[in-house]
Amino acid sequence: MPAPAQTRVIFKHIDEAGYTNDLGCYLRHGGYETLKKSVARPPADLIEEVKKSGLRGRGGAGFPCGVKWSLVDRKSGKPIYLIVNADESEPGTFKDRYIMHQDPHQLIEGTIISCFANNVKQAYIYIRGEMPEGARILEKAIAEARAANFVGPNILGTGYSCEIYVHRGAGAYICGEETGLIESLEGKRANPRIKPPYFPAVLGLYQCPTIVNNVETLCQVKHIADIGGEAYGKTGTPGNTGTRIFCVSGHVQRPGYYEFPAGTITMGQLLNEVCGGPLPGRTFKAVIPGGSSAKVLRFGERYKGKRKVGAEMVDYDWGVEDVPMDFDSLAMIGSMGGSGGVIVMDDSVNMVEALANINAFYQHESCGQCTPCREGSLWMKKISSRMVHGDARKEDAALLKSVADQIPGRTICAFGEACSWPTQSFLIKFKDEFEGYAEAKKSLPADRLALV
Amino acid sequence: MIAAPKPDLVTVNIDGVDIAVPKGTNVIEAAKQLQKDVPHYCYHPKLTVAGNCRMCMVEMGMPAVDPATKAPVIDAATGKQKINWIPRPQIGCGTTVAPGMHIKTSSPMVKDAREGVMEFLLVNHPLDCPICDQAGECKLQEQATGYGRGYSRFIEEKNVKPKRTQLGPRVTLDDERCILCSRCVRFSKEIAKDDVLGFVDRGSYSTLTCHPGKKLENNYSLNTVDICPVGALTSTDFRFKMRVWFLKQTNTIDIESSVGVNAVIWSREGVIYRLTPRRNDEVNDTWMADSGRLLYKQVAAARRLSAVTLHGSASSLDTAISSAAELLKSGSIAVVGSGRASVEEQFLLKKLAGQLGVKASLVARTAQGDKLLISADRNPNVRGALVTGLISALPAAQLTQLAADIDDGKVKTVLTHGEDLAAAGLSAAQLAKVNIIYLGTHADATSAAAKVVLPTLHTFEKAGTFVNQQFRIQKFAAAVPGPQGTSNDLVVLAKLLAALGADATASDVHGLWSTLSASVPALATMLYKNIPETGLLLDSTPWAGLPFVEGESLKYKPAALAVA
Repeated sequence: MPAPAQTRVIFKHIDEAGYTNDLGCYLRHGGYETLKKSVARPPADLIEEVKKSGLRGRGGAGFPCGVKWSLVDRKSGKPIYLIVNADESEPGTFKDRYIMHQDPHQLIEGTIISCFANNVKQAYIYIRGEMPEGARILEKAIAEARAANFVGPNILGTGYSCEIYVHRGAGAYICGEETGLIESLEGKRANPRIKPPYFPAVLGLYQCPTIVNNVETLCQVKHIADIGGEAYGKTGTPGNTGTRIFCVSGHVQRPGYYEFPAGTITMGQLLNEVCGGPLPGRTFKAVIPGGSSAKVLRFGERYKGKRKVGAEMVDYDWGVEDVPMDFDSLAMIGSMGGSGGVIVMDDSVNMVEALANINAFYQHESCGQCTPCREGSLWMKKISSRMVHGDARKEDAALLKSVADQIPGRTICAFGEACSWPTQSFLIKFKDEFEGYAEAKKSLPADRLALV
Repeated sequence: MIAAPKPDLVTVNIDGVDIAVPKGTNVIEAAKQLQKDVPHYCYHPKLTVAGNCRMCMVEMGMPAVDPATKAPVIDAATGKQKINWIPRPQIGCGTTVAPGMHIKTSSPMVKDAREGVMEFLLVNHPLDCPICDQAGECKLQEQATGYGRGYSRFIEEKNVKPKRTQLGPRVTLDDERCILCSRCVRFSKEIAKDDVLGFVDRGSYSTLTCHPGKKLENNYSLNTVDICPVGALTSTDFRFKMRVWFLKQTNTIDIESSVGVNAVIWSREGVIYRLTPRRNDEVNDTWMADSGRLLYKQVAAARRLSAVTLHGSASSLDTAISSAAELLKSGSIAVVGSGRASVEEQFLLKKLAGQLGVKASLVARTAQGDKLLISADRNPNVRGALVTGLISALPAAQLTQLAADIDDGKVKTVLTHGEDLAAAGLSAAQLAKVNIIYLGTHADATSAAAKVVLPTLHTFEKAGTFVNQQFRIQKFAAAVPGPQGTSNDLVVLAKLLAALGADATASDVHGLWSTLSASVPALATMLYKNIPETGLLLDSTPWAGLPFVEGESLKYKPAALAVA
């Protein structure tokens, strides 16, 4: 079956020749028309459209956006804040950056529509510290939008006012965790908060109800407000509506970003047809489907079980190539859609070394607040680095797995899962490679033994 | 009696046992009521919940209800409502009880989770217990016996961190031992209101330190040492002095102000090594000021009095007592009592003053209160003097009346119980003009001028009671014996009374209390041995009109404010 054609909605103008990130260009392409329509509607209608659309958050967890909005405490009398999570830090993910760099007004329009729908008077764009260019572009875009009365006091003469502020992080992955982000925005160390009681929808920024949405999610909201929730829901598959952006990196002929109706493309179509297949003379070995914290898939393995199609349960028997790239299918086979960062590894990759790199990253990014993640991530890193740089032992495979097993489900935030899932899955699927690494290393050239 | 309002109770099931606990209780505290220990490091009952150590994990479930009808789902096998167990462990400290909540504190999942945390806590811990002051009272050691692996799987190099940082004048930090529980950070911020501690670096390299340019030097800094569950924060004073398991613990009361902080004296073979606070939720929670802890140094101070002297030369106690009695019988007497003396001593001193037909005076000590655990009244027991009737009005800081009486020749002999008359405003000439009988612990201008010096005991060397600012009577016990040559104040006072021809009186606390409760209305029906360790509130109405100097502090509101 040939791959479907790309449907570029969010990325419609990305890399388009002649398209610039200024307001004039955005307006020429129909920009802020949706905002004009939306502010004329009752806010509750807009929330209803988002609920109807079935939109799921694009930050990684895939939580239904309409549900998130409906959980917001609107009776407390406190102001409601909206935070745009632009701390795109998951290795392998690079979609939000393009939106902010090349089409910032799309994000601003989506943000203001979402703020209007939720009666938010103040929004923050929390942008990753490593993206100073993005921050400058957003600042400029917000200034333009304010001058044109799309942001700020009395927007488009409706009496509704909303400010957007850009806040730069200081360079930490954990700031992408929503409560860590909130702490950081409050000027503190980004230690994620315990839930309960600190659910952002009730006790978020400054202990006020807060909505935290991903950049792409808010852009999707703009399109929902434009075409209506029902029409939006027709794109993609039930439960996985709208379009999905995949950031493909690693050993394929044409890495890059691709936007498809959610759930309509399989891993095989994406890698072989859209991305041109493996590099000459190589074969695919493994793929991480949703950012580096997602569990790895090994080419050649089969996934079997029953799944719901419509009202019926049908058997499935998939290879990696057959897996539809949607939240539910990827979760069903034990991984996740996550942020859409697809990392491809071919047969030139040694999995021990690949994991050593991943472990080094997560160890460096653990905030250090809670014990299992703090100590576990460093321990795993120390083991895998020693295996690569020093002495590897056969028993290290079992030890790594056992250490990883002591982390997930026991931490304050999802970082526990993020740092342990790679090790767990690598060790389950490439156990032989880990156990045999001490031997394999003897035949490796010296320059292969340094971690990037 | 008016019954206290019933708190809102919530019934939860812990390890199969139903228990009703007040709404808002967390699982650790609820389990404690069933004598079930939920191990923890970061949780402290008097601080906010951080939930970061992950040791207190428990298994939690809620009764199942049909999502549509909200009707209970009944388990056919047991006939009871089905419990939906959450598949991942929850933290006990951050989980507040809810009606019908089910908790397992020792299931395999819980044990597995805690063993994992325990192993993680130890991988970068230096395990230098043999040279660590915390050994013997270390939570890591304690929990390792229950949840430790017994051997290490960690063959990598451990993290290296600063080993002896002076965080302030009284606290030394060993960062390698720190398990980053943040109790000290929270204490400094929430209780001491001196936000100076924080973490730098991240992950397992996180390091506790003071903010740039700041020091942990507030008067409550040693509480961080108490609450540190491991040997990271140590008392510079106590460090490397003594193994804690050799120390005897004796309950005492902080003598630095009228707050009456409950404390413990740690001593061995007659030597005191440290003081730590003792929990009393009505008085001091679990805290104590640094200044009060260091007062044990008074006990072995160089200027400690240890020889009975008569006209400057050594004497036996009985000879000195009869000489003192002679002086007292000669008339023109003044008696100066002390707000630092115990209720029992004040009671005997009042008898003595009564025998002599005079009214005793007291010396006030006041300074700014710190709104926490040091009040404006720096005497621990002025209210005891009111209760026993030693005085009837609040004392002044200066003995101006006495000074005038000496100048006028109305007073020729002064008996002072532990008060330095020079410090209370009497001049050297005035001291020289009178015969001074001095019962006290330390040498000062008064003892130097005294005709009779009767060395007595420090609070930590004797038993007794104090009445604090709340009119709470609290008892203390003798931790160490006094130095050779000293006598218990009660013995000295009883001997003086006997030498003056008064009825025989008991000279020990227990014996004295039968008389005390019979003759002091506020203490009627009480006995020393029946006073709980956390004290008893006395009826303070007879003294409600007095202008007490204390302002608001941790557990005390002045009467006028209490109404507001």
